[in-house]
Amino acid sequence: MTAFLGRRLLTLGLTLWLASVVVFVVLEVLPGDPALLMLGVDARPDTLAALRARMGLDQPAPVRYLAWTGGLLTGDLGTSHTYGVPVAELIRDRLAVTAPLTGLAMLVSMATALPLGLLAASRRGRPADYGVMAFSQLGVAVPNFWFGILLVLWFSIGLGWFDAGGFPGWSAGIGPALKSLTLPALTLGLTEAAILARVTRSAVLDILGEDYVRTARAKGLSRSAVMRRHVLRNALIPITTIVGLQFAFLLGGAIVVENVFFLPGLGKLLFQAISQRDLIVVKDAVMALAAMVVAVNLIVDVLYALIDPRPKAAS
Amino acid sequence: MRRPGRRPLPVNLIAGAVLTLLLAGMALVSLVWTPYPPEAMRIAIRLQPPSAAHWLGTDHFGRDILSMIMTGARNSLAVGAVAVGTGMAVGVPLGLAATSFGGWTDETVGRLTDLTFAFPAVLSAILITALLGPGAVNAILAIGIFNVAVFARVTRGAARQVAAREFVRAAAALGRGPAAVTLVHVLPNISGTLIVQATISFAVAILAEAGLSYLGLGIQPPAPSWGKMLNEAQTFMLLRPTLAIFPGLTIALSVLGLNLLGDGLRDLLDPRLRAGVRHRSS
Repeated sequence: MTAFLGRRLLTLGLTLWLASVVVFVVLEVLPGDPALLMLGVDARPDTLAALRARMGLDQPAPVRYLAWTGGLLTGDLGTSHTYGVPVAELIRDRLAVTAPLTGLAMLVSMATALPLGLLAASRRGRPADYGVMAFSQLGVAVPNFWFGILLVLWFSIGLGWFDAGGFPGWSAGIGPALKSLTLPALTLGLTEAAILARVTRSAVLDILGEDYVRTARAKGLSRSAVMRRHVLRNALIPITTIVGLQFAFLLGGAIVVENVFFLPGLGKLLFQAISQRDLIVVKDAVMALAAMVVAVNLIVDVLYALIDPRPKAAS
Repeated sequence: MRRPGRRPLPVNLIAGAVLTLLLAGMALVSLVWTPYPPEAMRIAIRLQPPSAAHWLGTDHFGRDILSMIMTGARNSLAVGAVAVGTGMAVGVPLGLAATSFGGWTDETVGRLTDLTFAFPAVLSAILITALLGPGAVNAILAIGIFNVAVFARVTRGAARQVAAREFVRAAAALGRGPAAVTLVHVLPNISGTLIVQATISFAVAILAEAGLSYLGLGIQPPAPSWGKMLNEAQTFMLLRPTLAIFPGLTIALSVLGLNLLGDGLRDLLDPRLRAGVRHRSS
């Protein structure tokens, strides 16, 4: 297990390094002059020169890259040009919205998809199965930002149960904060649940066709006991993999959904930073998102190894 | 009466084809006719509910919603077609080259596609459009780059399976070069997979374009776009909720139609084919 973890950590480091190279090249090398991008083509030459010096753009690209990644490793993420505060502080504040939102969305997705997938598989070819598959098709087709708008129409404007957007902050209490994250989490989670329900159905159907499941039934185990002890445990292997992959989609979706619900999360910060050409915030926020994705992938790999001993034994 | 031995057309294929034809028809008709000019503003009739004069109502500038949705279909289809076409034009040769040359070519293509998928797709698209500036052309580029990786990966996977089959190895043993073997024997045998993937990618491209336009990074005003219409509708939801219903419904039905068409084609071309990759935009 230690060697397995060591290898996975090495891969994690390599992926993050590659991500940092891509982000740096795309944002600082390809477009030309980032200072010009920030100030616009009408900027005065002396203002431009001052900003270039402040951003360190008078240094060669490799020096700037090393300074940036060195800062990432030591926790010094630089200072935002727009907000004038340390980027680490900005990202920490915004993560306090995005991390719980993504976690809640994941919970919504799993709590909806797993029972639906199991139901569809156990009622294959019957109305319940067709219903779940129709839900899955619709979930893939409906854009998450439109679904968010519909939820606002029904639950905020129609019923008045929730605010249409905004976040009161955790200092206002856990209740109000969670309430303001409910509709965004449902928006993100239910659209992802559509995919996960289909994967769960397919995984359970695959396992139900295995010889050992027939044997377990033949030796007298009840249908529910076979489902619980044999089918669910084995179906969890592909489901865990998809749940891990979905995390990246949830984070991507959060960028859009935070804009729908006016949530001050990492996605909203990134979008604002892009609009304001605050490149240091863009670079650091993208790296924070990439780090979250690879960290969750690592956790999924470890869980995978715990659930299924075969890959560990093979390696 | 159905001929013996002939499989009936899958229901999802028929439903998908009908929805897709309706979408394409709406886009084509908008080239020659819309109920009103889609960009014509008439403040006197702003935020009208659906009526006989304006079937889906008017927006906050008094523009006819149906005319905007019809023109938006044209724009969405154009962005989707060019983005998927670009993805196929670059991605398919890359995937074929990876399979036929192997070695470092295969390794490079594999790693490049892995790297593309390491970032959430919407993040990459936002970065590209933000970097190059908002607009239809840059949205096409952002969605197209992602599609290059999708088609390179799907082509590589499918071509590898075909390349291992005996008739392809026999052709190579007869002295045909790798390029000829790939073009004459491999490509025609993976065309079904590519057609299915193109349909699914088209649906994903429509969703991606709508998302980018919703964020203000896609098609720019005054050209109508479904995503932008939803963004503007959010401000006036209290006054006129239907503004947020019709454009979203059109996006969902278009994507549903293309997805059903893709699934149906897959069932029709090869029931065992399950290689269609549904890479989403978020």
